[in-house]
Amino acid sequence: MDKLILGRYIPGDSMVHRLDPRTKLMASFYYIAIIFLANNWQSYLLMFVATMVMIMLSKVKLSFFLRGVRPMIWLIMFTVALQIFFTKGGHTYWSWGWLAITQFGLTNGAFIFMRFVLIIFISTLLTLTTQPLSLADAVESLLKPLRVIHVPVTELALVLQIALRFVPTLMDQTTKIMNAQRARGVDFGTGNLFQQMKAVVPLLIPLFVDSFGIAEDLATAMDARGYQGGDNRTKYRVLQYHRSDATAAIVMVALTGLLVFLRA
Amino acid sequence: MDITFDHVSFTYQAGTPFAGDGLKDISTTIKGGDYTAIIGHTGSGKSTLLQHLNALLKPTSGTVTIGDREITPETNNKNLKPLRQKVGMVFQFAENQLFEQTVERDIAFGPMNFGVPEKDAKALAAQMVKLVGLPDDILQQSPFDLSGGQMRRVAIAGVLAMQPEILVLDEPTAGLDPAGRLEMMTMFKKLHDEQGLTIVLVTHQMDDVADYADRVLVMEHGALVRQGTPREIFADPDWLRQKQLGLPKTTAFAERLQKLGFTFDQMPLTASELADDLMPQIGGGDRG
Repeated sequence: MDKLILGRYIPGDSMVHRLDPRTKLMASFYYIAIIFLANNWQSYLLMFVATMVMIMLSKVKLSFFLRGVRPMIWLIMFTVALQIFFTKGGHTYWSWGWLAITQFGLTNGAFIFMRFVLIIFISTLLTLTTQPLSLADAVESLLKPLRVIHVPVTELALVLQIALRFVPTLMDQTTKIMNAQRARGVDFGTGNLFQQMKAVVPLLIPLFVDSFGIAEDLATAMDARGYQGGDNRTKYRVLQYHRSDATAAIVMVALTGLLVFLRA
Repeated sequence: MDITFDHVSFTYQAGTPFAGDGLKDISTTIKGGDYTAIIGHTGSGKSTLLQHLNALLKPTSGTVTIGDREITPETNNKNLKPLRQKVGMVFQFAENQLFEQTVERDIAFGPMNFGVPEKDAKALAAQMVKLVGLPDDILQQSPFDLSGGQMRRVAIAGVLAMQPEILVLDEPTAGLDPAGRLEMMTMFKKLHDEQGLTIVLVTHQMDDVADYADRVLVMEHGALVRQGTPREIFADPDWLRQKQLGLPKTTAFAERLQKLGFTFDQMPLTASELADDLMPQIGGGDRG
């Protein structure tokens, strides 16, 4: 369970940490979108440098980002392989039947690889430097306009916040139950597919039972303290844009300009 | 079967910024046939230590020897099953581990994992249900229809059904009513006395330590700060209080009597010892 790096906040006090979560959320989505604008070496280099600068500003070690890539590596390699083998054009280095490694194939493969890595880096940066609850606040704040068309934004945000709040609790519980079942002779992660699926049952059922228990207790506790949903609730943490958020926005616009200038 | 810790240290999430000390340089032996209590305030590393007793955790450095198996940082995770059969673990709030459709099948789950045929495992289930003081007809009920206390007993029966040589208990009576607690503790004592089961008990109840344990390990901040017989450990009340631990009720009572002028050669641990010490002093009529 310790290896899950995506969705893990690393406390810090860097420029990136201090940005408004709304800025970070929007900027991340925007950045991922403009990565698709890059289509030659110069534009990919620009995005790579920009990503590295942001990572340096966050003062989080690069190894964390590399570890974020690890679980995705097979998917990335598969996609890259498809690109390399099936893109035709330019000089042909090797061919076998309908498979061929060509110049365009190799460059396309490299671009796809870069694109994957940059997208993973930037989403990892978002989750490593933003507390999950701040992200939930950001989502709520950004969705507020939808209240006009009667979307229950505050309720949705509450669901999101509760879900995020209980991720660590349930992970702890998972470890405990796994230990208890291991002590009773269950082997997790060994044997064939059928055996592995069978091993999950003694883990999932107690976990479900426990989750229902937690949900019921939480509901009772909220009722007991007079919780009432709705749009008129005030917040303890009020989100506020600062000058650095404006800087971030300007940087994003400038990056877009440069990218459009550099792309082929 | 002995369990020996040789300079065992354990670090949580080693190699990440979240790394935290779990255990620091622990060396001790838990002898086969002993009743060992582990005490220490919350977060002192008791539960981490327990998880080393059946290789759920492996030391970051040092060696744990369980019977004839050596567990080192390099030990492979495979082939640990025989070990886990010999060391039964009752975790805190053990009722959380129940998952089967009937009590019988849940108790039989452990033994069947270790290769006991279904028929024998079910016979074991019937036997264990009786041992933990539950009625026979509970076997065919769903464990989720039982009360919390009954669920705890079913979970303990599930561990006992594995027929371990060492029984590790992590606060097995937390949340039980006083009658249930006494019943459980008496049952463990009986298993220890009659079947020679080695018991390791983690507890906050100093009375249980005084009443049942032969040996006490005191943990603080992941280190083993003192080990000895209950008498040795409870002879130093000030030191215990400093570790945020208390005295058994009887010993605490005797300590207050001492201030009123009573004298004790050694601090009494149980009510009958206290009575033996007090009789001559009261009988003599000399109450200081």
